[in-house]
Amino acid sequence: MNRGTGGGAVAAGFSLLFFSFLFGPLIIMVITAFNSSSFPRITPWECFTTEWFAVLFANDRLMSGLLNSLVIAVSVVAIAVPIGLAGALALSELSSRLRAVLYTVLITPILIPGVVLGISTIVFWGALGRSVGAEYGSFFFDGMFLTLAGQVTFISAYAMLVFLARLQRFDPILTEAALDLGATPGQAFRKILLPFLGPAIGSATFLTFLASFENYNTTVFTILSGNTFTTALASKVRHGTDPSLSALAVIIIGITLIGAIVHEAHTRRKEVLRTGIATRSRIYGNPVLKTLVHPLTVFLILAGIAGLATWQGTRHDASVCKQQILDDKRARQHELLEEQRRKMQEQQKTTAPVTSPADAAGKANPSPFGGAFSPNGLTPAQEEQAPAAAPTETPAKANPSPFGGAFNPNGLKPSQ
Amino acid sequence: MPGAVPSGIRLPVFTVPFSRISESVMATKDIVLDHVSIRFGAYTAVDNAHLVIKGGEFFSFLGPSGCGKTTLLRCISGFSDPSEGRVLIGGQDMKGIGPNKRPTALIFQNLALFPLMSVADNIAFPLEVRGVGRRDRRKRADELLEMIALPGVGDKKVHELSGGQRQRVAIARALAVEPDILLLDEPLSALDLKLRHHMRTELRTIQQQVGLTFIYITHDQGEALTMSDRVAVMNAGVIEQVDPPETIYNRPKTSFVASFVGQSNAIEGKVASQSGTLVSIETPLGRLQGRAAGGRQYKSGDNCFLFIRPEQLSLGDGLPNAVAANWVKEEFEGNARQMFLEANGVPLRLSRVNLGGAADTLSGASVPVGFEPDQAIVLPHGVLAGA
Repeated sequence: MNRGTGGGAVAAGFSLLFFSFLFGPLIIMVITAFNSSSFPRITPWECFTTEWFAVLFANDRLMSGLLNSLVIAVSVVAIAVPIGLAGALALSELSSRLRAVLYTVLITPILIPGVVLGISTIVFWGALGRSVGAEYGSFFFDGMFLTLAGQVTFISAYAMLVFLARLQRFDPILTEAALDLGATPGQAFRKILLPFLGPAIGSATFLTFLASFENYNTTVFTILSGNTFTTALASKVRHGTDPSLSALAVIIIGITLIGAIVHEAHTRRKEVLRTGIATRSRIYGNPVLKTLVHPLTVFLILAGIAGLATWQGTRHDASVCKQQILDDKRARQHELLEEQRRKMQEQQKTTAPVTSPADAAGKANPSPFGGAFSPNGLTPAQEEQAPAAAPTETPAKANPSPFGGAFNPNGLKPSQ
Repeated sequence: MPGAVPSGIRLPVFTVPFSRISESVMATKDIVLDHVSIRFGAYTAVDNAHLVIKGGEFFSFLGPSGCGKTTLLRCISGFSDPSEGRVLIGGQDMKGIGPNKRPTALIFQNLALFPLMSVADNIAFPLEVRGVGRRDRRKRADELLEMIALPGVGDKKVHELSGGQRQRVAIARALAVEPDILLLDEPLSALDLKLRHHMRTELRTIQQQVGLTFIYITHDQGEALTMSDRVAVMNAGVIEQVDPPETIYNRPKTSFVASFVGQSNAIEGKVASQSGTLVSIETPLGRLQGRAAGGRQYKSGDNCFLFIRPEQLSLGDGLPNAVAANWVKEEFEGNARQMFLEANGVPLRLSRVNLGGAADTLSGASVPVGFEPDQAIVLPHGVLAGA
């Protein structure tokens, strides 16, 4: 589509819609992190605040979950990457029929739902633990161990797929050449195959780390009574959300952006160096600019900006503004109360007194809800109307409630 | 040998600063293929190869692709074991000895240079795995780069080199630890024609100077004939003939060798009579006479082929073995003209050296040709190359 075919406006509009769809939620979430309103929202805007970051870091459950997640993720990487590499190497060496069998076995954990994996992990290790007579405190019943075991089963298959893809591009002749030149099989592996797999090891590490860190559906079972970051987060969301989660999103987005920009700088630099146009390039030919666009410099600059923003954030004090907002709110509430009271009085003047049960209470109660929540609102105004055949002798006699007066405000008072 | 290179392009020349030239000539080791057969399931890749390659020899295996020559080479270098028979190097049975323990170095068809290493690291790899220190390795690599006339490229990456340069780096790498036997698997096939011709000379020179045994695999008969001391012609896993290049060309022992090496007109027929080495055969072109190869005796009525090379077929009347042929087409090849003829359904090819004169225009004409009986070879009926 181009301007000539009249696609310009449509294409631009579509792109705009598409990008708002992609980034709109993220942008809104970032803004809510800085609004002092205790529910994540951008309207009405109250105060610019950084207190939600403090709230976030003060959340013990989340922070200990984060630590657990990191420990598990690092352990999963340390176990799953070697297993994946071994699996991929085995697959590339086997005869084609055996390969199909082994491939199916290794890939199955990815296809099984994580929930099933999680449950079967606790069932299996629990049964194993009981059969060897292990105590409840042993590792068979330890959430961290079970999570590790459960995650490794399928995450090592991810690592294997990464290695398989890379191995498919490896020319086995190179290993033969190394052997022929006098290398032992071990040397050929270390000096030829392993360097070739370097990038794959990097991406497998990254992938397995992320897969472990963000896993929920297996972990929620295997962690038992403990918490990882994701399970803590999920339970927090379930119990009501506040902008500290937005603050978390800001941190994650920030880390991702820094990583992506540094990676881009690295890729571009490598490309320029590889094609050898470095000397002719305007940026890479200039020594100052060249240093400036070096990935390390880019990282330091971005980290510096982030650090500065954090430092500024810790110094920011929104208490004055918040007090102002609070005072405004109180004043508004007061105003409403006054208005309500005024209305009530007018109403009382104009209408004859009725035998509404709320009436008597309503007069004394300036509630904007018309006394609906008054503790006496549900009691019948006239004692005589109460049915004589009350089920019990207790004060509930006066109460026709099907709950036996359990919700009677006076029900908890000690009976005289 | 700069004289072999066409003037105008300056190609580097090998100088071989080998520490042990004289020693290596003494230390040469014979390679014995003792009734070697290699099978993959029911398929026989090499069938009963039995020959001795002398130490210091430039020995070629020549054959069409799929004839088993690479399989045989991999067997010598230790990547596979023979299904039957033995491989002996210097009198020692190589069974169970891995490629890294054999005194052989293989130059692969695609060279198998390590793409992630620099040129110098590639060349020094055999030293590295033998625990030679970094500084000594670099020194040896620079020496070898000097030898292959590529000084100063040590720090480049392999992909920055041209095809011919990579070729030389692969040779330098194979020679870095001075093996007894250098195995080459069609190493010139990726080069352009001029470089290929140059490298033939270079390989031959280096082999003579270093005194190594070279075992060379190729489907290019030009390479095999120009470089080798002896050539083994292989077809379908069978070694058909082992002889010096001239013998291979002039006195082929089987119809396959006769048709595969060089151009040949193959005329099918039945033996009519034989007197001494002269055999008369009945062919679609009439009764023709040729020489019985290797003093072979034929019975009357045996199926056979008569082979006559295009350059030994002459134009003109009154020649022996006269054949009346029809002109089909002519191809100009620079140094020669190839004339394609046809006689009674049998295609014939006649080659004449180009002396610079105008081409004869013989279109559609009947062309009388003939040849000396002594230059035609009669061989038993068998497989023809490319048939």
